[in-house]
Amino acid sequence: MARKVGVSMEDARQTIIKLQDTVVTFKRKNDLITAVDHVSLEIKRGEIFGIIGYSGAGKSTLIRLINHLQLPTSGKVIVDGDVLEDLEQRQFQAMRKKIGMIFQHFNLMNSRTVLNNVEFPLLGEKLSKSERRAKGMDLLQLVGLTEMADAFPTQLSGGQKQRVAIARALANNPDILVSDEATSALDPKTTLSILKLLQHLNRQLGVTIVLITHEIQVIQTICNRVAVMEQGKIIEQGNVTEVFRRPKKQLTREFIDTSINIQEALSRIQKNNDRQKIYFLKFVGETTNQVVVTEMAQKFNISANILFANVDQIDNLTVGVMILDLHGSEVNAGIDFLRDQSVEVEEVVKRVDI
Amino acid sequence: MKHLFPHAITMQNDILHATLETIYMTTISALVAGLIGLAIGLVLTLTQPGGIAEDRIFYNILDKIVNLLRSIPFIILLAIISPLTSFLVGTTVGTTAALVPLVVGIFPFYARQIQITLQEVGPGVIEAAQSMGLNNIEIVYRVFLREGLADIIRVTTLTIISLIGLTTMAGAVGAGGLGNVAISIGYARFQNDVTFVCMVILLAMVFAIQFIGDQMANYFTKF
Repeated sequence: MARKVGVSMEDARQTIIKLQDTVVTFKRKNDLITAVDHVSLEIKRGEIFGIIGYSGAGKSTLIRLINHLQLPTSGKVIVDGDVLEDLEQRQFQAMRKKIGMIFQHFNLMNSRTVLNNVEFPLLGEKLSKSERRAKGMDLLQLVGLTEMADAFPTQLSGGQKQRVAIARALANNPDILVSDEATSALDPKTTLSILKLLQHLNRQLGVTIVLITHEIQVIQTICNRVAVMEQGKIIEQGNVTEVFRRPKKQLTREFIDTSINIQEALSRIQKNNDRQKIYFLKFVGETTNQVVVTEMAQKFNISANILFANVDQIDNLTVGVMILDLHGSEVNAGIDFLRDQSVEVEEVVKRVDI
Repeated sequence: MKHLFPHAITMQNDILHATLETIYMTTISALVAGLIGLAIGLVLTLTQPGGIAEDRIFYNILDKIVNLLRSIPFIILLAIISPLTSFLVGTTVGTTAALVPLVVGIFPFYARQIQITLQEVGPGVIEAAQSMGLNNIEIVYRVFLREGLADIIRVTTLTIISLIGLTTMAGAVGAGGLGNVAISIGYARFQNDVTFVCMVILLAMVFAIQFIGDQMANYFTKF
């Protein structure tokens, strides 16, 4: 039988998913592969929680622990107060209905119409055909696809298929929506529209969203909190703003750098220029880069040539980077001035190895 | 006509009767072997490595049995299972007796065809169904049988056509039907026109089944 874990009312309202020291190992021939390595996580009700990592990091396995498509080798998975290992088969299946899931390759049934796909999770429910139909149409309305109700999945674009999959995942009014690389097979524009839809559903329905991705853009566009995963371990986690502001691990930095195309710019500049003094500037938060740089240039009589600049909004926080070519007798004083204004400055030559 | 088919014309009633016997043998054995084969094909699909009810030991045993039965040439099978036939039916001659070897001869073939067909139903769709809380039985009839329907019809058509071939072989060793007429009369008495007529009727049956099967499969193909 299921037992509710002894938590106060307040905690129960706050935390909807809790992983306690979970481990998942697979046997492959003679090797023992640890896909999830002592992971502890807490996901709060109503938030959008992102897990980022490269492929093979164990994200897919981790996310399947939540709806028990994957059983933990050890550790506990607690969803909405129920310890999953205590549930009987039937209760599992009931609980899985409260967790919607969407996939990278949509996984729609090609033999059913769009509407029938959306109605599919309701087939086992005690609903009349017309009630089911009405519910299906409501869901299609929610994802903006009512006009495609009678089409078959093969007639849809990738983005439309994912919308259908989202509608289907919401059919049982789930508390949690789990997304397994849902935008990884989509082009950037479609990705954005799907992310906006997820964000809208999160706000409108209050559904908690747990997503995994290898794209930092997904995290920065919709996530409130993020966990970075590498070799089965969560190496860093926190509010997206915090993690972006002060990444602790190299991998996290790599992901953030890809979001502002900084690597590409750096290597281009390093390849094509033999200038002496190239600096990498990073602004976070309220500091407005333009003004500070202008001020420095005037104050210390430095000529500043902008080689690269990018400003990004990440969860209401401004993150900007600039690569400057500085000339003048007082460059060092100028750098100190920038640092005083809480701008991170690094000489580019030092970063050659990245 | 009389010149072209001198013997067949005089045997009209015999040939009609034989046609009905062939239809009877094909229909009954297709139904019985169809149910057995479908069930075993499903069990193979569910228990195979990576299946939703994976059971390596059970799968290996069943898999070997299916392979073994498929490896026995039908004409040998007819002879070797005659004790079973006489136990089940009470006799080893006649159309009803032929049903036993026909079923045993065709169901392993059908089971394997079903298994191969259901493997085409993507693991992603199965996982999606699991994530929605469907149990294995619901997955069988709402996902496997539904998504695989068009291909199941295709392999069923193929199997029935093979089965018609087997009925003629059974006919040659005493089961009656068109095979019997073609061999024991047409061939043995040098009445080649009889054999020819039997062949034409069999071909007509095969084409009809193929046509119906194709139409049904196309109707259920949505992509």
